[in-house]
Amino acid sequence: MYKTPCSRLSGFVGVSVKQKLIQNVPRCNQTARSLIQLHKRDPSKWLTYQHLNFLKRQYVSKNSSELQQRAILKQTPVLTIVDERDDSVERQVERIPTIEAVPQPEDVTSKAQPEISTLKSKDVAAKKGSVSRVVATSEETPHIHVESNEAKQARLDRQWKELKVDVADLPDIYARLAKIKLTALVVTTAAAGYAMAPVPFDPIMFSVSLLGTGLASCAANSINQYFEVPFDSNMNRTKNRPLVRGQISPLHAVSFALACGVPGVALLTLAVNPLTGFLGALNIFLYTCCYTPLKRLSISNTWVGAVVGAIPPVMGWTAATGCLEPGALLLGGFLYSWQFPHFNALSWNLREDYSRGGYRMMSVTHPAMCRRVALRHSLGLIGLSALAPALDVTTWTFPVVSLPINLYISYLAFRFYRRGDRGSARKLFFCSLWHLPMLLLLALTCKNHSRKQEDATPVPLSLPAH
Amino acid sequence: MAAGAAAATWRSFFFFLPRPPLLPPRLSAACSRRSSSGAAAPKDKTPKRSTFRPAASSTHDWIGPPNPLSNLRPIVFHVPENESELEKRLRHLRQETEDWNHEFWTKQNLTFGKEKEAFIISQLQAKGLTLRDEDGRRRALNSEEMAKFYKSFLDKNRTRHANYNKEWYRRNFTITLLMARVALNSMWRTITERSSSKKNT
Repeated sequence: MYKTPCSRLSGFVGVSVKQKLIQNVPRCNQTARSLIQLHKRDPSKWLTYQHLNFLKRQYVSKNSSELQQRAILKQTPVLTIVDERDDSVERQVERIPTIEAVPQPEDVTSKAQPEISTLKSKDVAAKKGSVSRVVATSEETPHIHVESNEAKQARLDRQWKELKVDVADLPDIYARLAKIKLTALVVTTAAAGYAMAPVPFDPIMFSVSLLGTGLASCAANSINQYFEVPFDSNMNRTKNRPLVRGQISPLHAVSFALACGVPGVALLTLAVNPLTGFLGALNIFLYTCCYTPLKRLSISNTWVGAVVGAIPPVMGWTAATGCLEPGALLLGGFLYSWQFPHFNALSWNLREDYSRGGYRMMSVTHPAMCRRVALRHSLGLIGLSALAPALDVTTWTFPVVSLPINLYISYLAFRFYRRGDRGSARKLFFCSLWHLPMLLLLALTCKNHSRKQEDATPVPLSLPAH
Repeated sequence: MAAGAAAATWRSFFFFLPRPPLLPPRLSAACSRRSSSGAAAPKDKTPKRSTFRPAASSTHDWIGPPNPLSNLRPIVFHVPENESELEKRLRHLRQETEDWNHEFWTKQNLTFGKEKEAFIISQLQAKGLTLRDEDGRRRALNSEEMAKFYKSFLDKNRTRHANYNKEWYRRNFTITLLMARVALNSMWRTITERSSSKKNT
């Protein structure tokens, strides 16, 4: 399980190739959007594009300089809001305005309200010459709409909603509560762990262990959102979550988490093996009771979060073999090291939101360390790849073929280390999104299949020994 | 009798729910069943809120748009007719927590904005620059300089944030436990009503 604003990614080659395509198209939102619309219906590709697109909208600022510290609102409709670390279809990206010293009647442009009505009220205000006018000249608040008090009040009144659960919405709400895209990612890494284990592939055990892992991940994510309601309300990235919007009650969320977590862990313990069940329960505990509160207390939350991310592939391996081998730990190590360039780069551009929300992240409190750690762990990935054949997980070809992508991410991490600007952080983050699936895929293709024969051969040899 | 029939229809409705019927949709359903006349007393709100009044026939709580200062969504709680002690306690706790949260975040956001302004101005003055440049636009500092402010803001408020966390977790748990008790109570009441109505027929 990953920390909140985490990554989405799919583990499929086709997608990663297309991801590269999207990256190479320089800032061309139009192309990206059309690609997204093309693949909108395909669930395996859906999450990656939406996510990338969303991030580009969030982080690509109109000025190319570094002066802009805040995310810029886009007027164009955003297809989805993804959450990593932490969500459904949005019509518009909203920005939470930072409060000025003299509170001006700033608008929070609403999701429910289409753009047209604000423009209409703007015209009305212009005609009537209304009382309260906010003229925004600075680039800091670029989306202040001028409307009269009455129109504003009427619009706000329309946004009140009954706290009634609409059964038709429930699947969508549950998907967002469980951070379904993040869960899909976690399940993918667990699948990679299972596939890399040196045992014959058992499809039933494979499916059962993935199901159990997925349920455990849903439970952990739901509890995380349950704990973080007021903080999520105050951050741009997370303010459209179901609990923040009041679509379900806290009790409902906890019940959902229990309904996912208990069967998930039970399934892993009883149907797979107790070790995997234990790891699943441990991961839920680490994520909800260690990582989530730690986010607000100390920067060590990132390391705990990296462990949380490393456990699913280990679970996949133990589901296959039933024991904790060095190979499992190596796969976990890949995920652990990968987390740092990934998360540090992501959090670099969210520093203001983190600071205002009271989150203690390396990027805010120890910026130099943040960049150093990202670089260190990117280089560590090269070392881990070299370790893989030594542990008989892969053949010797793996470090060779993975060297290009590992070198590339290390290069970007080095640039991020030296420059420490928004652009390099963004590049590193996007690289990490395709780097991990590529790495896992390469490991899978270079898997050491001869290990099974090595274990089998000593037996017949001993027979004719007498 | 009518309550029994209503209970039966609600039960059959929730049979199709993908989740076991232990959830608060049942609670709000139970509430709406009991408040037969359906008149919700409009609560008097604190001055900071908008003067929204739920419709007279409302049977549920209402949640509003995010408050511009605290970014939290206010809830107008529905007061059912035969409100039990437990439900009253829950409602008061939720209202109080909401007010407490709103106060904390308003203060946090306002302080953040003010201190950020002050920091920018002081930094610009130290550099000898005016607040606005030749085009009349505000100057902004680059991310490295702003990072100093973000770090100091977090460090200054460390204890305050930690205390808020503890208090928030405590309140969240208490509210959820109370909600669970209220839900169980209402389910128990439904069951006893149903069995007593069966006895009568």
